[in-house]
Amino acid sequence: MMRRDDCIRAILAHRGDAVIMAVYNAGLDLRRLSPSPLNLYSAGAMGQGSSWGLGLALGVPERKVLILDGDGSLLMNLGSLVTIANAAPKNLYHFVFENGCYEANGSHPIPGQGRLSFAGLAREAGFPHSFSFNELARFAPEVPRILALDGPVFAALKVVPGEPSPQDYAYVNSADRVREFTAALRAAR
Amino acid sequence: MAETSIAGPAIIAALKLADIEFIVAVPDITTSQGLLWPIARGDDFRLVRLCKEDEGVSVCAGLAVTGHRAVLLIQHTGLLDSINAIRGIACEQAQPICMLVGLLGKEPNLPARQSQSFGLTIVEPILDAMGIANFCIEGAPGIALLPAAIERAYASSRPMAALIGQTVSP
Repeated sequence: MMRRDDCIRAILAHRGDAVIMAVYNAGLDLRRLSPSPLNLYSAGAMGQGSSWGLGLALGVPERKVLILDGDGSLLMNLGSLVTIANAAPKNLYHFVFENGCYEANGSHPIPGQGRLSFAGLAREAGFPHSFSFNELARFAPEVPRILALDGPVFAALKVVPGEPSPQDYAYVNSADRVREFTAALRAAR
Repeated sequence: MAETSIAGPAIIAALKLADIEFIVAVPDITTSQGLLWPIARGDDFRLVRLCKEDEGVSVCAGLAVTGHRAVLLIQHTGLLDSINAIRGIACEQAQPICMLVGLLGKEPNLPARQSQSFGLTIVEPILDAMGIANFCIEGAPGIALLPAAIERAYASSRPMAALIGQTVSP
């Protein structure tokens, strides 16, 4: 089992100029590790991170879009896998942190905990590339190869929480944060 | 006498006038023949087909922050199913989500609030309660309001909803 923050560090090492959409605790960890203006967060309407990511990917086809999703979040918007695979943006990379629970809501188990294959769901939804990792020593070296593939790419990462991050949901959910992101992206293009 | 169908080409022209690039849609029988099929067959817009309407709120938001205009084309049942996404993203995160909402089953001569359909009666009160600008399109005068309503939404970064009160014809 990997720590979520270690996985995020491994992804960030190869971020380049990518835009990142991150949800709930993945977003809070991302903000702690790399508070880039090109981070966007989704924590106000659970499940919407993957769909935000699709809109971003369609809007900036010249730039990679990384989605840092949660397993509970994805279960609330499973159809988005099919929608993303159908739209087929080559620049979309969907990482799902699979901790098996609704961590932000009391760590209750997700339905299907331990039996569900998220990588299998993505593969059957039509993602041309779908991976699953549970060891950092195997995942970290693969990140460059994953990000070199044409998307949409999916990777399920079996994790436990790492260091706790500040729970500043008011900031990550704010309209100001979205405006900052929008301005930063415009300036960067 | 009230009109009983709305001209799809006029709505498409209004969307083009408002610089809409993307149509993000779940099929709705009210707008299927007159809007979604012509849009799907034409090349005026890029069509994103969704599995569920709430996805579209976020897809449109992602497009908006990257500088692209989109319209979410759905049925009122899908609007009702998407209230939390609309609340969180369109309202609280102040995104210009522009919705074209088919009012399935609305009676031609009755305002939606007076419909026999409970689902139709609550659409406008919910939008009003959420502070979302809305108006009903029953014919050409309503279509004429659409480009300016979309412009206002993007200028103010606020959501809007145009309610399609009659079947749209090709």
